[in-house]
Amino acid sequence: MLIQTKELCKNYNGMLALDRLNLHLRQGEILGLLGPNGAGKTTAIHILLGLLTASSGEVSVLGMSPLRDRHRIASRINFSSAYTNLPTNLKVKETLSIYAKLYGIKNAKQKIAQLLDMFEVGHLRDRIYGALSSGEKTRLNLVKSFLNDPELLLLDEPTASLDPEVADRVRKILKGIQKERNLGIIYTSHNMPEVEEMCDRIIFINKGQTIAQGTAGEIKATFNSKTLDQVFIKIVRGDLVSKEEAPS
Amino acid sequence: MIASLNRISAMLLRYLYLHKRSVPRTFEIIFWPVMELFVWGFVTMYIQRVAGGDISRIIVFLINAMIFWDVLYRAQQSVSISIIEEIWTQNIVNLLISPLRIWEWMAATFIYGFVKTSLITIILGFLAFSLYKFNLVSADGLYLIPMVFNLLLFGWAVGVFTAGLIIRWGHAAEALIWGVPFLLQPISAIFYPLSVLPPWVRVISRCIPSTYVFEGMRAVIATGTMPSDYFFISFGLNIFYFILGGLFFYWMYRMAHVAGRLGRLGMD
Repeated sequence: MLIQTKELCKNYNGMLALDRLNLHLRQGEILGLLGPNGAGKTTAIHILLGLLTASSGEVSVLGMSPLRDRHRIASRINFSSAYTNLPTNLKVKETLSIYAKLYGIKNAKQKIAQLLDMFEVGHLRDRIYGALSSGEKTRLNLVKSFLNDPELLLLDEPTASLDPEVADRVRKILKGIQKERNLGIIYTSHNMPEVEEMCDRIIFINKGQTIAQGTAGEIKATFNSKTLDQVFIKIVRGDLVSKEEAPS
Repeated sequence: MIASLNRISAMLLRYLYLHKRSVPRTFEIIFWPVMELFVWGFVTMYIQRVAGGDISRIIVFLINAMIFWDVLYRAQQSVSISIIEEIWTQNIVNLLISPLRIWEWMAATFIYGFVKTSLITIILGFLAFSLYKFNLVSADGLYLIPMVFNLLLFGWAVGVFTAGLIIRWGHAAEALIWGVPFLLQPISAIFYPLSVLPPWVRVISRCIPSTYVFEGMRAVIATGTMPSDYFFISFGLNIFYFILGGLFFYWMYRMAHVAGRLGRLGMD
Protein backbone atom coordinates (compact mmCIF):
# COMPACT_ATOMS: atom_id res chain seq x y z
CA MET A 1 0.00 0.00 0.00
CA LEU A 2 1.43 3.38 -1.00
CA ILE A 3 -0.88 5.47 1.16
CA GLN A 4 -3.11 4.57 4.05
CA THR A 5 -5.01 6.97 6.27
CA LYS A 6 -7.24 6.01 9.18
CA GLU A 7 -9.78 8.39 10.69
CA LEU A 8 -7.61 11.34 9.64
CA CYS A 9 -8.79 14.67 11.04
CA LYS A 10 -7.56 18.22 10.74
CA ASN A 11 -8.98 20.94 12.89
CA TYR A 12 -8.14 24.61 12.28
CA ASN A 13 -9.15 26.52 15.41
CA GLY A 14 -12.44 24.68 15.76
CA MET A 15 -13.13 24.36 12.03
CA LEU A 16 -12.98 20.75 10.90
CA ALA A 17 -11.20 20.75 7.53
CA LEU A 18 -10.89 16.96 7.43
CA ASP A 19 -13.27 14.69 9.27
CA ARG A 20 -12.22 11.04 9.68
CA LEU A 21 -10.76 10.56 6.21
CA ASN A 22 -10.03 6.93 5.38
CA LEU A 23 -8.24 6.42 2.13
CA HIS A 24 -5.78 4.03 0.64
CA LEU A 25 -3.81 3.96 -2.56
CA ARG A 26 -2.30 0.87 -4.07
CA GLN A 27 0.65 0.70 -6.42
CA GLY A 28 -0.35 1.29 -10.05
CA GLU A 29 -3.59 2.98 -9.07
CA ILE A 30 -4.88 6.50 -9.73
CA LEU A 31 -7.14 7.80 -7.01
CA GLY A 32 -9.22 10.88 -7.72
CA LEU A 33 -9.73 13.17 -4.75
CA LEU A 34 -12.73 15.29 -5.58
CA GLY A 35 -14.76 17.96 -3.92
CA PRO A 36 -15.69 21.63 -4.15
CA ASN A 37 -13.33 24.42 -3.14
CA GLY A 38 -12.66 24.18 0.59
CA ALA A 39 -13.69 20.53 0.74
CA GLY A 40 -10.41 19.45 2.32
CA LYS A 41 -8.54 18.10 -0.73
CA THR A 42 -5.54 20.40 -0.34
CA THR A 43 -5.48 19.77 3.41
CA ALA A 44 -5.30 16.01 2.74
CA ILE A 45 -2.55 16.44 0.15
CA HIS A 46 -0.52 18.70 2.44
CA ILE A 47 -0.73 16.11 5.23
CA LEU A 48 0.45 13.41 2.82
CA LEU A 49 3.34 15.64 1.69
CA GLY A 50 4.40 16.29 5.28
CA LEU A 51 3.60 20.00 5.04
CA LEU A 52 0.85 19.86 7.61
CA THR A 53 0.31 18.14 10.95
CA ALA A 54 -2.93 16.19 11.29
CA SER A 55 -4.99 16.81 14.43
CA SER A 56 -5.74 13.12 14.92
CA GLY A 57 -5.83 9.82 13.08
CA GLU A 58 -3.13 7.83 11.34
CA VAL A 59 -1.33 8.43 8.08
CA SER A 60 1.24 6.31 6.35
CA VAL A 61 3.03 7.12 3.09
CA LEU A 62 5.18 4.34 1.61
CA GLY A 63 4.83 2.67 5.02
CA MET A 64 6.32 5.67 6.84
CA SER A 65 5.13 8.71 8.70
CA PRO A 66 5.17 11.87 6.55
CA LEU A 67 6.13 13.86 9.64
CA ARG A 68 8.85 11.73 11.20
CA ASP A 69 10.27 10.29 7.95
CA ARG A 70 9.70 13.25 5.64
CA HIS A 71 13.22 13.18 4.22
CA ARG A 72 13.18 9.46 3.49
CA ILE A 73 9.81 9.80 1.78
CA ALA A 74 10.71 13.00 -0.11
CA SER A 75 13.16 11.32 -2.46
CA ARG A 76 10.56 8.70 -3.46
CA ILE A 77 7.53 10.88 -4.08
CA ASN A 78 6.80 14.10 -5.94
CA PHE A 79 4.15 16.73 -6.35
CA SER A 80 2.88 19.04 -9.04
CA SER A 81 0.26 21.70 -8.76
CA ALA A 82 -1.19 24.34 -11.02
CA TYR A 83 -0.74 26.70 -8.07
CA THR A 84 2.99 26.40 -7.54
CA ASN A 85 5.78 27.69 -9.74
CA LEU A 86 9.40 27.00 -10.39
CA PRO A 87 11.88 29.92 -10.01
CA THR A 88 10.58 32.49 -12.45
CA ASN A 89 13.84 34.22 -13.35
CA LEU A 90 15.88 31.17 -14.29
CA LYS A 91 16.18 29.27 -17.53
CA VAL A 92 14.24 26.02 -17.69
CA LYS A 93 17.38 23.90 -17.95
CA GLU A 94 18.91 25.71 -14.97
CA THR A 95 15.89 25.17 -12.77
CA LEU A 96 15.63 21.51 -13.70
CA SER A 97 19.34 20.95 -13.07
CA ILE A 98 18.95 22.46 -9.58
CA TYR A 99 16.07 20.09 -8.81
CA ALA A 100 17.97 17.15 -10.28
CA LYS A 101 20.80 17.97 -7.85
CA LEU A 102 18.38 18.33 -4.94
CA TYR A 103 16.95 14.90 -5.70
CA GLY A 104 20.40 13.41 -6.27
CA ILE A 105 19.67 12.36 -9.85
CA LYS A 106 22.46 10.63 -11.73
CA ASN A 107 22.85 11.42 -15.43
CA ALA A 108 20.76 14.52 -14.81
CA LYS A 109 21.29 16.07 -18.25
CA GLN A 110 20.10 12.95 -20.00
CA LYS A 111 17.14 12.58 -17.66
CA ILE A 112 16.08 16.21 -18.11
CA ALA A 113 16.34 15.97 -21.90
CA GLN A 114 14.31 12.76 -21.91
CA LEU A 115 11.52 14.22 -19.76
CA LEU A 116 11.42 17.50 -21.68
CA ASP A 117 10.93 15.52 -24.87
CA MET A 118 8.35 13.27 -23.25
CA PHE A 119 6.23 16.30 -22.28
CA GLU A 120 6.94 17.92 -25.67
CA VAL A 121 8.65 20.97 -24.15
CA GLY A 122 12.23 20.30 -25.25
CA HIS A 123 12.25 23.55 -27.23
CA LEU A 124 11.80 25.52 -23.97
CA ARG A 125 15.03 24.40 -22.30
CA ASP A 126 16.81 27.73 -22.92
CA ARG A 127 13.82 29.93 -22.17
CA ILE A 128 13.22 31.82 -18.92
CA TYR A 129 10.51 30.01 -16.95
CA GLY A 130 8.69 33.22 -15.94
CA ALA A 131 8.23 34.21 -19.58
CA LEU A 132 6.38 31.02 -20.51
CA SER A 133 2.64 30.52 -20.90
CA SER A 134 0.78 28.92 -18.02
CA GLY A 135 0.30 25.78 -20.11
CA GLU A 136 4.04 25.50 -20.69
CA LYS A 137 4.74 26.12 -17.01
CA THR A 138 2.31 23.38 -16.04
CA ARG A 139 4.09 20.87 -18.28
CA LEU A 140 7.46 21.92 -16.85
CA ASN A 141 6.12 21.46 -13.32
CA LEU A 142 5.23 17.92 -14.39
CA VAL A 143 8.73 17.42 -15.79
CA LYS A 144 10.11 18.46 -12.37
CA SER A 145 7.76 16.01 -10.65
CA PHE A 146 9.08 13.07 -12.71
CA LEU A 147 12.78 13.87 -12.24
CA ASN A 148 13.25 11.44 -9.35
CA ASP A 149 11.20 8.58 -10.90
CA PRO A 150 8.70 8.80 -8.05
CA GLU A 151 6.82 5.77 -6.79
CA LEU A 152 4.01 8.05 -5.74
CA LEU A 153 2.83 11.26 -7.34
CA LEU A 154 0.44 13.83 -5.94
CA LEU A 155 -1.10 15.95 -8.66
CA ASP A 156 -3.19 18.94 -7.64
CA GLU A 157 -5.25 20.06 -10.65
CA PRO A 158 -2.35 19.34 -13.00
CA THR A 159 -4.22 20.36 -16.15
CA ALA A 160 -6.07 23.37 -14.70
CA SER A 161 -4.42 25.94 -16.96
CA LEU A 162 -4.10 23.90 -20.13
CA ASP A 163 -6.20 24.25 -23.26
CA PRO A 164 -8.30 21.16 -24.05
CA GLU A 165 -5.92 19.89 -26.72
CA VAL A 166 -2.78 20.18 -24.60
CA ALA A 167 -4.65 18.86 -21.56
CA ASP A 168 -5.61 15.78 -23.58
CA ARG A 169 -2.00 15.23 -24.62
CA VAL A 170 -0.76 15.68 -21.05
CA ARG A 171 -3.32 13.20 -19.75
CA LYS A 172 -2.21 10.65 -22.33
CA ILE A 173 1.45 11.16 -21.39
CA LEU A 174 0.64 10.88 -17.69
CA LYS A 175 -1.43 7.76 -18.23
CA GLY A 176 1.34 6.25 -20.37
CA ILE A 177 4.04 6.84 -17.73
CA GLN A 178 1.75 5.67 -14.95
CA LYS A 179 1.05 2.37 -16.73
CA GLU A 180 4.67 1.85 -17.71
CA ARG A 181 6.02 2.47 -14.20
CA ASN A 182 3.07 1.08 -12.24
CA LEU A 183 2.93 4.44 -10.49
CA GLY A 184 0.47 5.39 -7.77
CA ILE A 185 -1.16 8.79 -8.24
CA ILE A 186 -3.45 10.96 -6.17
CA TYR A 187 -5.23 13.24 -8.60
CA THR A 188 -7.39 16.26 -7.87
CA SER A 189 -9.35 18.08 -10.53
CA HIS A 190 -12.58 19.96 -11.05
CA ASN A 191 -12.83 18.57 -14.56
CA MET A 192 -15.13 15.59 -14.12
CA PRO A 193 -14.68 13.99 -17.57
CA GLU A 194 -10.93 14.17 -16.95
CA VAL A 195 -11.34 12.45 -13.59
CA GLU A 196 -13.43 9.74 -15.22
CA GLU A 197 -10.77 9.24 -17.89
CA MET A 198 -7.82 9.20 -15.51
CA CYS A 199 -8.90 7.71 -12.20
CA ASP A 200 -9.41 4.07 -11.23
CA ARG A 201 -11.21 5.06 -8.06
CA ILE A 202 -12.68 8.27 -6.70
CA ILE A 203 -13.27 9.73 -3.27
CA PHE A 204 -15.72 12.60 -3.03
CA ILE A 205 -15.25 14.84 -0.03
CA ASN A 206 -17.25 17.83 1.07
CA LYS A 207 -16.69 19.98 4.17
CA GLY A 208 -14.01 17.54 5.23
CA GLN A 209 -16.30 14.51 5.17
CA THR A 210 -16.13 11.58 2.79
CA ILE A 211 -19.39 11.56 0.89
CA ALA A 212 -18.75 8.77 -1.57
CA GLN A 213 -16.06 6.48 -2.85
CA GLY A 214 -15.76 3.86 -5.56
CA THR A 215 -15.24 3.71 -9.29
CA ALA A 216 -16.79 6.45 -11.43
CA GLY A 217 -19.43 3.95 -12.60
CA GLU A 218 -20.34 2.88 -9.07
CA ILE A 219 -20.64 6.46 -7.87
CA LYS A 220 -22.81 7.49 -10.82
CA ALA A 221 -25.05 4.48 -10.27
CA THR A 222 -25.42 5.18 -6.57
CA PHE A 223 -26.36 8.79 -7.16
CA ASN A 224 -28.57 7.90 -10.06
CA SER A 225 -26.66 10.28 -12.28
CA LYS A 226 -25.44 10.06 -15.84
CA THR A 227 -22.28 12.05 -15.28
CA LEU A 228 -19.86 12.83 -12.47
CA ASP A 229 -20.72 16.50 -12.98
CA GLN A 230 -24.26 15.71 -11.88
CA VAL A 231 -22.97 13.80 -8.87
CA PHE A 232 -20.70 16.74 -8.00
CA ILE A 233 -23.58 19.21 -8.17
CA LYS A 234 -25.84 16.95 -6.11
CA ILE A 235 -23.21 16.58 -3.43
CA VAL A 236 -22.35 20.27 -3.26
CA ARG A 237 -25.98 21.37 -3.24
CA GLY A 238 -26.81 18.81 -0.57
CA ASP A 239 -29.29 16.94 -2.72
CA LEU A 240 -28.52 13.83 -0.71
CA VAL A 241 -31.25 13.02 1.77
CA SER A 242 -28.69 11.85 4.29
CA LYS A 243 -25.10 10.80 4.38
CA GLU A 244 -26.17 7.21 4.92
CA GLU A 245 -27.46 7.15 1.35
CA ALA A 246 -23.97 7.52 0.06
CA PRO A 247 -22.01 4.42 -0.79
CA SER A 248 -19.27 3.50 1.60
CA MET B 1 26.95 13.77 4.17
CA ILE B 2 27.75 13.76 0.45
CA ALA B 3 24.04 13.96 -0.29
CA SER B 4 23.77 16.97 2.03
CA LEU B 5 26.71 18.69 0.33
CA ASN B 6 25.07 18.04 -3.03
CA ARG B 7 21.85 19.66 -1.89
CA ILE B 8 23.71 22.64 -0.42
CA SER B 9 25.57 23.04 -3.71
CA ALA B 10 22.23 22.81 -5.56
CA MET B 11 20.97 25.81 -3.60
CA LEU B 12 24.22 27.69 -4.20
CA LEU B 13 23.77 26.98 -7.88
CA ARG B 14 20.28 28.43 -7.58
CA TYR B 15 21.72 31.70 -6.15
CA LEU B 16 24.44 31.81 -8.77
CA TYR B 17 21.88 31.45 -11.58
CA LEU B 18 19.72 34.09 -9.91
CA HIS B 19 22.52 36.64 -10.17
CA LYS B 20 23.51 35.46 -13.61
CA ARG B 21 19.97 36.04 -14.86
CA SER B 22 19.29 39.28 -13.02
CA VAL B 23 21.54 42.27 -13.64
CA PRO B 24 19.56 44.51 -11.21
CA ARG B 25 19.95 41.84 -8.49
CA THR B 26 23.69 41.67 -9.02
CA PHE B 27 23.99 45.42 -9.29
CA GLU B 28 22.00 45.81 -6.06
CA ILE B 29 24.69 43.93 -4.10
CA ILE B 30 27.18 46.73 -4.61
CA PHE B 31 24.91 49.71 -5.31
CA TRP B 32 23.73 50.54 -1.76
CA PRO B 33 27.04 49.94 0.03
CA VAL B 34 28.88 52.07 -2.53
CA MET B 35 26.30 54.86 -2.24
CA GLU B 36 26.61 54.74 1.56
CA LEU B 37 30.37 54.88 1.29
CA PHE B 38 30.15 57.97 -0.93
CA VAL B 39 27.78 59.73 1.46
CA TRP B 40 29.75 58.90 4.61
CA GLY B 41 33.04 59.63 2.92
CA PHE B 42 32.00 63.07 1.75
CA VAL B 43 30.27 63.86 5.05
CA THR B 44 33.48 63.10 6.94
CA MET B 45 35.51 65.19 4.47
CA TYR B 46 33.12 68.08 5.06
CA ILE B 47 33.35 67.68 8.84
CA GLN B 48 37.12 67.72 8.57
CA ARG B 49 37.05 70.94 6.58
CA VAL B 50 34.57 72.68 8.92
CA ALA B 51 36.06 71.44 12.19
CA GLY B 52 39.64 71.88 11.19
CA GLY B 53 42.47 70.25 13.15
CA ASP B 54 43.28 66.58 13.08
CA ILE B 55 40.10 64.57 13.09
CA SER B 56 41.42 61.91 10.77
CA ARG B 57 40.73 59.28 13.42
CA ILE B 58 37.01 60.14 13.37
CA ILE B 59 36.98 59.68 9.62
CA VAL B 60 38.58 56.28 10.01
CA PHE B 61 36.00 55.38 12.68
CA LEU B 62 33.08 56.36 10.50
CA ILE B 63 34.19 54.70 7.28
CA ASN B 64 35.23 51.58 9.13
CA ALA B 65 31.90 51.47 10.96
CA MET B 66 29.99 51.87 7.72
CA ILE B 67 31.86 48.97 6.08
CA PHE B 68 31.44 46.74 9.14
CA TRP B 69 27.75 47.56 9.47
CA ASP B 70 27.31 46.40 5.91
CA VAL B 71 28.83 43.01 6.80
CA LEU B 72 26.15 42.45 9.44
CA TYR B 73 23.35 43.80 7.29
CA ARG B 74 24.25 41.74 4.19
CA ALA B 75 24.71 38.54 6.21
CA GLN B 76 21.20 38.94 7.65
CA GLN B 77 19.74 39.84 4.26
CA SER B 78 21.29 36.86 2.52
CA VAL B 79 19.39 34.47 4.80
CA SER B 80 16.03 36.22 4.88
CA ILE B 81 15.90 37.35 1.24
CA SER B 82 16.80 33.84 0.08
CA ILE B 83 13.69 32.55 1.90
CA ILE B 84 11.34 35.32 0.76
CA GLU B 85 12.63 34.96 -2.82
CA GLU B 86 11.15 31.43 -2.92
CA ILE B 87 7.85 32.82 -1.63
CA TRP B 88 7.82 35.59 -4.24
CA THR B 89 8.32 33.05 -7.01
CA GLN B 90 5.89 30.51 -5.48
CA ASN B 91 8.66 27.92 -5.54
CA ILE B 92 8.83 27.35 -1.80
CA VAL B 93 6.46 24.37 -1.68
CA ASN B 94 8.58 22.58 -4.28
CA LEU B 95 11.62 23.06 -2.02
CA LEU B 96 9.81 22.08 1.16
CA ILE B 97 8.65 18.78 -0.33
CA SER B 98 12.06 18.01 -1.82
CA PRO B 99 14.77 16.09 0.09
CA LEU B 100 16.36 19.44 1.01
CA ARG B 101 16.62 19.77 4.79
CA ILE B 102 16.08 23.11 6.47
CA TRP B 103 19.62 23.15 7.91
CA GLU B 104 21.05 22.49 4.43
CA TRP B 105 19.06 25.41 3.06
CA MET B 106 20.28 27.64 5.89
CA ALA B 107 23.88 26.50 5.35
CA ALA B 108 23.57 27.45 1.67
CA THR B 109 22.29 30.91 2.61
CA PHE B 110 25.20 31.35 5.06
CA ILE B 111 27.75 30.49 2.37
CA TYR B 112 25.92 32.74 -0.09
CA GLY B 113 26.01 35.55 2.50
CA PHE B 114 29.69 34.97 3.18
CA VAL B 115 30.59 35.21 -0.51
CA LYS B 116 28.44 38.30 -1.01
CA THR B 117 29.79 40.02 2.10
CA SER B 118 33.41 39.24 1.22
CA LEU B 119 32.89 40.65 -2.25
CA ILE B 120 31.31 43.84 -0.92
CA THR B 121 33.97 44.31 1.74
CA ILE B 122 36.74 43.99 -0.85
CA ILE B 123 35.01 46.46 -3.18
CA LEU B 124 34.34 48.95 -0.37
CA GLY B 125 37.87 48.59 0.95
CA PHE B 126 39.24 49.30 -2.51
CA LEU B 127 36.93 52.30 -3.06
CA ALA B 128 37.62 53.74 0.39
CA PHE B 129 41.32 53.56 -0.33
CA SER B 130 40.97 55.11 -3.79
CA LEU B 131 38.65 57.93 -2.75
CA TYR B 132 39.56 58.74 0.83
CA LYS B 133 42.99 57.15 1.26
CA PHE B 134 41.43 54.91 3.88
CA ASN B 135 43.24 51.59 4.28
CA LEU B 136 40.91 49.05 5.88
CA VAL B 137 43.64 46.47 6.37
CA SER B 138 46.13 48.82 8.00
CA ALA B 139 43.38 50.34 10.17
CA ASP B 140 42.28 47.00 11.61
CA GLY B 141 45.15 44.72 10.72
CA LEU B 142 44.63 41.07 11.59
CA TYR B 143 41.80 42.00 13.96
CA LEU B 144 39.70 42.43 10.85
CA ILE B 145 39.18 38.67 10.59
CA PRO B 146 37.70 37.94 14.07
CA MET B 147 35.62 41.13 13.89
CA VAL B 148 34.13 40.22 10.50
CA PHE B 149 33.60 36.65 11.69
CA ASN B 150 31.60 37.86 14.71
CA LEU B 151 29.53 40.22 12.57
CA LEU B 152 28.80 37.44 10.09
CA LEU B 153 27.68 35.15 12.91
CA PHE B 154 25.37 37.79 14.35
CA GLY B 155 24.00 38.67 10.90
CA TRP B 156 23.20 35.00 10.30
CA ALA B 157 21.57 34.66 13.73
CA VAL B 158 19.35 37.68 13.02
CA GLY B 159 18.72 36.27 9.53
CA VAL B 160 17.54 32.95 10.96
CA PHE B 161 15.24 34.85 13.33
CA THR B 162 13.68 36.88 10.49
CA ALA B 163 13.45 33.69 8.38
CA GLY B 164 11.33 32.22 11.19
CA LEU B 165 8.99 35.21 10.99
CA ILE B 166 8.73 34.78 7.22
CA ILE B 167 8.00 31.06 7.45
CA ARG B 168 5.26 31.74 9.99
CA TRP B 169 3.67 34.85 8.44
CA GLY B 170 4.81 34.83 4.80
CA HIS B 171 4.42 38.12 2.93
CA ALA B 172 3.05 39.83 6.03
CA ALA B 173 6.51 39.65 7.62
CA GLU B 174 8.28 40.99 4.54
CA ALA B 175 8.86 44.50 5.90
CA LEU B 176 10.72 43.02 8.89
CA ILE B 177 13.49 41.72 6.62
CA TRP B 178 14.65 45.29 6.12
CA GLY B 179 13.43 46.62 9.45
CA VAL B 180 14.95 44.23 11.99
CA PRO B 181 18.63 45.14 11.37
CA PHE B 182 17.81 48.82 11.78
CA LEU B 183 16.34 48.10 15.21
CA LEU B 184 19.84 46.95 16.15
CA GLN B 185 21.70 49.85 14.55
CA PRO B 186 21.17 52.56 17.20
CA ILE B 187 21.91 50.23 20.12
CA SER B 188 24.99 48.59 18.58
CA ALA B 189 27.09 51.74 19.06
CA ILE B 190 28.16 51.62 15.44
CA PHE B 191 28.92 55.24 14.60
CA TYR B 192 29.54 56.46 18.16
CA PRO B 193 31.04 55.00 21.33
CA LEU B 194 28.89 53.13 23.82
CA SER B 195 29.52 55.89 26.37
CA VAL B 196 27.43 58.30 24.26
CA LEU B 197 24.28 56.26 24.90
CA PRO B 198 22.05 56.84 27.94
CA PRO B 199 22.84 54.41 30.78
CA TRP B 200 19.65 52.34 30.35
CA VAL B 201 20.30 51.90 26.62
CA ARG B 202 23.87 50.82 27.42
CA VAL B 203 22.46 47.93 29.43
CA ILE B 204 20.63 46.70 26.30
CA SER B 205 23.62 47.43 24.07
CA ARG B 206 25.85 45.23 26.22
CA CYS B 207 23.58 42.28 25.39
CA ILE B 208 24.19 42.74 21.65
CA PRO B 209 27.27 41.02 20.13
CA SER B 210 27.80 43.71 17.49
CA THR B 211 28.34 46.36 20.21
CA TYR B 212 31.59 44.62 21.23
CA VAL B 213 32.75 44.42 17.62
CA PHE B 214 32.29 48.15 17.07
CA GLU B 215 33.78 49.02 20.46
CA GLY B 216 36.66 46.70 19.61
CA MET B 217 37.07 48.34 16.22
CA ARG B 218 37.42 51.74 17.86
CA ALA B 219 39.91 50.32 20.36
CA VAL B 220 41.99 48.89 17.50
CA ILE B 221 42.05 52.21 15.67
CA ALA B 222 42.78 54.21 18.84
CA THR B 223 45.35 51.94 20.48
CA GLY B 224 46.39 49.42 17.83
CA THR B 225 45.20 46.49 19.93
CA MET B 226 41.81 44.98 20.57
CA PRO B 227 40.97 43.87 24.09
CA SER B 228 40.51 40.12 23.68
CA ASP B 229 37.50 40.09 26.01
CA TYR B 230 35.58 42.07 23.36
CA PHE B 231 36.06 39.22 20.92
CA PHE B 232 35.16 36.48 23.40
CA ILE B 233 32.08 38.26 24.83
CA SER B 234 30.86 38.94 21.29
CA PHE B 235 31.53 35.36 20.24
CA GLY B 236 29.79 33.95 23.34
CA LEU B 237 26.74 36.15 22.78
CA ASN B 238 26.73 35.14 19.12
CA ILE B 239 26.57 31.46 20.02
CA PHE B 240 23.70 32.24 22.39
CA TYR B 241 21.79 34.24 19.74
CA PHE B 242 22.54 31.66 17.08
CA ILE B 243 20.99 28.91 19.18
CA LEU B 244 18.11 31.20 20.14
CA GLY B 245 17.53 32.11 16.47
CA GLY B 246 17.56 28.42 15.51
CA LEU B 247 15.08 27.53 18.26
CA PHE B 248 12.87 30.45 17.29
CA PHE B 249 12.92 29.33 13.64
CA TYR B 250 12.06 25.76 14.65
CA TRP B 251 9.20 27.02 16.83
CA MET B 252 7.82 29.15 13.97
CA TYR B 253 8.24 26.26 11.52
CA ARG B 254 6.30 23.93 13.82
CA MET B 255 3.57 26.55 14.25
CA ALA B 256 3.34 27.01 10.47
CA HIS B 257 3.20 23.22 10.14
CA VAL B 258 0.25 22.93 12.51
CA ALA B 259 -1.55 26.03 11.18
CA GLY B 260 -1.26 24.87 7.56
CA ARG B 261 0.84 27.89 6.54
CA LEU B 262 3.70 25.97 4.92
CA GLY B 263 1.70 24.68 1.97
CA ARG B 264 0.15 28.09 1.40
CA LEU B 265 3.32 30.16 1.48
CA GLY B 266 3.43 32.29 -1.63
CA MET B 267 -0.24 31.84 -2.37
CA ASP B 268 -1.58 34.70 -0.26
